Amino acid sequence: MDAAELTIREGIARYVIGFVLASVLTAASFYVLNTSLIWGPGIPVALVVLAIAQMGVHLVFFLHITTAPDNTNNVLALAFGVLIVALVIGGSLWIMDHLSQNVMPMHQMMQMQR
Amino acid sequence: MSATDTPFERASDPYRVGRSRDWVSTGAGRGYVYATGHGEGGPASKRVIVGYGFWIFLLSDIVMFSAFFAAHAVLQTATAGGPSGRDLFNWWSIVAQTAFLLVSSFTCGLSAVATEARDQLWTQVALLVTGLFGLGFLVLEGRDFAGMVMQGAGPQRSAFLSSLFAVVGLHGLHVSAGLLWLGTMMAQVFVKGFRPEILRRLVCFNLFWHALDIIWVALFTIVYLIGLGR
Repeated sequence: MDAAELTIREGIARYVIGFVLASVLTAASFYVLNTSLIWGPGIPVALVVLAIAQMGVHLVFFLHITTAPDNTNNVLALAFGVLIVALVIGGSLWIMDHLSQNVMPMHQMMQMQR
Repeated sequence: MSATDTPFERASDPYRVGRSRDWVSTGAGRGYVYATGHGEGGPASKRVIVGYGFWIFLLSDIVMFSAFFAAHAVLQTATAGGPSGRDLFNWWSIVAQTAFLLVSSFTCGLSAVATEARDQLWTQVALLVTGLFGLGFLVLEGRDFAGMVMQGAGPQRSAFLSSLFAVVGLHGLHVSAGLLWLGTMMAQVFVKGFRPEILRRLVCFNLFWHALDIIWVALFTIVYLIGLGR
């Protein structure tokens, strides 16, 4: 969000680097899914890691989330947002998993209907 | 201490709350203030403050998306005997959608560089290319949805499909609204030029468009790539 101090060339270079990195990470995601490079059960984890890396690339190169003093408030707000997202998604998955474990198996439920 | 400070200025305003020592003119009549990082210099410039406010809005938007994501993550296997992701997803369409959105994010960044250079022509060209790629993304997504509905795999078929249409559709709605906003900004830049308020709006639009691409990264990873594996 602070851009007045860059030349045109530096500005374009930043976006080109971000674009190339993001493309590489995207290609890696599709590649991981299609080959047996990663051990099967570990594929979702690899995909999530690549996604987080790509989001980081977007934040730094496209959205200019840097450590400059102008940006401190933005970084704090982002950290808070990430906390809320982690609570909502992680918490929902945790709770729903527990609930589904506590649900009676289907054949027992059918027997109770009789 | 700045060389232009008189002893009187230094005494009455020792922390320079009235004005930052790095006052830069952007040529539009308003100064851009760099933060000193030590709480000095008074309030930040409008551009920094507007950017921060819009960033807070974007984070609230992302929290809303996270709720839809959580619902889909829980319901990804609830196919009710109907088709699952593997039966439905069109691989090349997803690759193309991802590529289109990434390229549009890149050209949006180029338009920001052109705006800093106050180049009307290149700003408009870059914004137009951004819009065209965004439109291509929406067309592909619309075709995917139409295909699924015609196969009988519409949002009412199963909980998995309801949550899929909800989260992908929400993102598509945001892209559509973004395209309308983009058209408006192109018109405003053309008519009014690079006034300070137009610059602030362009910064906000840039943030919005890049945030949409970030959300798409999460979306195609969780919904499509992980969903294909189930």
